[in-house]
Amino acid sequence: MLTAEEWSALRLSFQVGAWAVVGSLPAALALGYVLARWSASSRWFSQAAKWLVQVAIDLPLVLPPVVTGYLLLRLLAPKGPIGSYLQAWFGVRVLFTWPAAAIAAAVVSFPLMVRSIRLAFHAVDPRLEFAARSLGAGRLNAFLTISLPLARRGVAAGCILAFARSLGEFGATMMVLGSIEGQRTIPLAIYTLVYQPGGIERSWRLVVISIVLACGALAMSEWLERRQTLREEV
Amino acid sequence: MLQFSAKRRHPTGFELDVAFDADRQVTSFFGPSGSGKTTVLMLIAGLYRPDSGRIRLGERTLVDTEARIELAAERRRVGLVFQDHLLFPHLSVEGNLRYGLRRRKRDSRPVDFERAVEVLELGDLLGRFPRNLSGGERQRVAVGRALLAGPELLLLDEPLAGLDETLKQRILDYLERVIEQWRIPLIYVSHGVAEVQRLAQQVIVLEQGRVAAQGAPAEIFAKLKPPA
Repeated sequence: MLTAEEWSALRLSFQVGAWAVVGSLPAALALGYVLARWSASSRWFSQAAKWLVQVAIDLPLVLPPVVTGYLLLRLLAPKGPIGSYLQAWFGVRVLFTWPAAAIAAAVVSFPLMVRSIRLAFHAVDPRLEFAARSLGAGRLNAFLTISLPLARRGVAAGCILAFARSLGEFGATMMVLGSIEGQRTIPLAIYTLVYQPGGIERSWRLVVISIVLACGALAMSEWLERRQTLREEV
Repeated sequence: MLQFSAKRRHPTGFELDVAFDADRQVTSFFGPSGSGKTTVLMLIAGLYRPDSGRIRLGERTLVDTEARIELAAERRRVGLVFQDHLLFPHLSVEGNLRYGLRRRKRDSRPVDFERAVEVLELGDLLGRFPRNLSGGERQRVAVGRALLAGPELLLLDEPLAGLDETLKQRILDYLERVIEQWRIPLIYVSHGVAEVQRLAQQVIVLEQGRVAAQGAPAEIFAKLKPPA
């Protein structure tokens, strides 16, 4: 049904998306939780700090993806700050391999994940954490046994959204992955195919798959978010 | 056995400046809404931090701003029954009850699970979830949950709020049973005269964040005007 190249694109996209989500989940959980619970005092620098953090996190949402890709290219290049560190300590070159695509996807979908997670924790009554602590649970234990389980639907929604965004990432991925045959994500594969003879017809399968995946992910994520914000009323 | 002295300014501007000693079986905080009663409980439990002050429970110092001592909330062994019970919605009644039990420190007061279930008549409710319980049932579970954590002091924040008269009496019966069985000191916050008169040996009246009067229930209520 699908050509070898199409299967390869599907596999790579899923691999990149999965690792992007898994890799950014811990940071997204931490930031989402902190932002949800951070009630900035009325002092101006506290308000300013909160605003700055929010802007920094949301930046990849608004920055042109090729710009994000350019910045990552500079950072991950063998002479760049991160690239040289990876080269020296682990002997790895990340650019133009699939981990670079995963990093690009993670950066680009991070704001979506944090947003969903923040809303999820916002919907969990913080006084339940008080109750847990009064019963002998430390802060981390209270987070793991009370806050997180109650926020699970929103967290799941965030992961699905981030995964979907990763699948669709083109600009930044193109910059750090290049366009090497046999190593193209779905959007890259479509782009490459379209300008070949007969390409528009040949690329329709990947296009349909992309649309179906995107719709499915959005629908699931939306449903989960709705179930989350209907606070478990007790 | 509880020595309390604390000042705290809430972000909204509300200022608390309270000092008292509580050494009876049941001490009650009485006063109108907004007088600072809940704040005092939160300070004792360690969920709020005082701007300055010292709170000691028996031999232990819970917080002392001058000596820079602050015991984390989870190590204070102070049980708290909230106004909204705050049962964990994703855990069954048994799960809620065992939550504190599982985290009990080695040297805390032993409260037997079966006995607590028996005294509070929770046997039939164990498998149910908080959303399927009535208001009175939830409060009993909340009391049981706090009790099973083996606290040295039990704080109750308006536990009878929102319950009808018959239910109030029943919960008070349960509380008296708990006191009789385990003799854990209680601090009971309320703006209901009848409950306070029934349970407390000492009453502290709070008004706008300050102690307005202290004494035995009889003398306090003889002097007070009805709350506005």
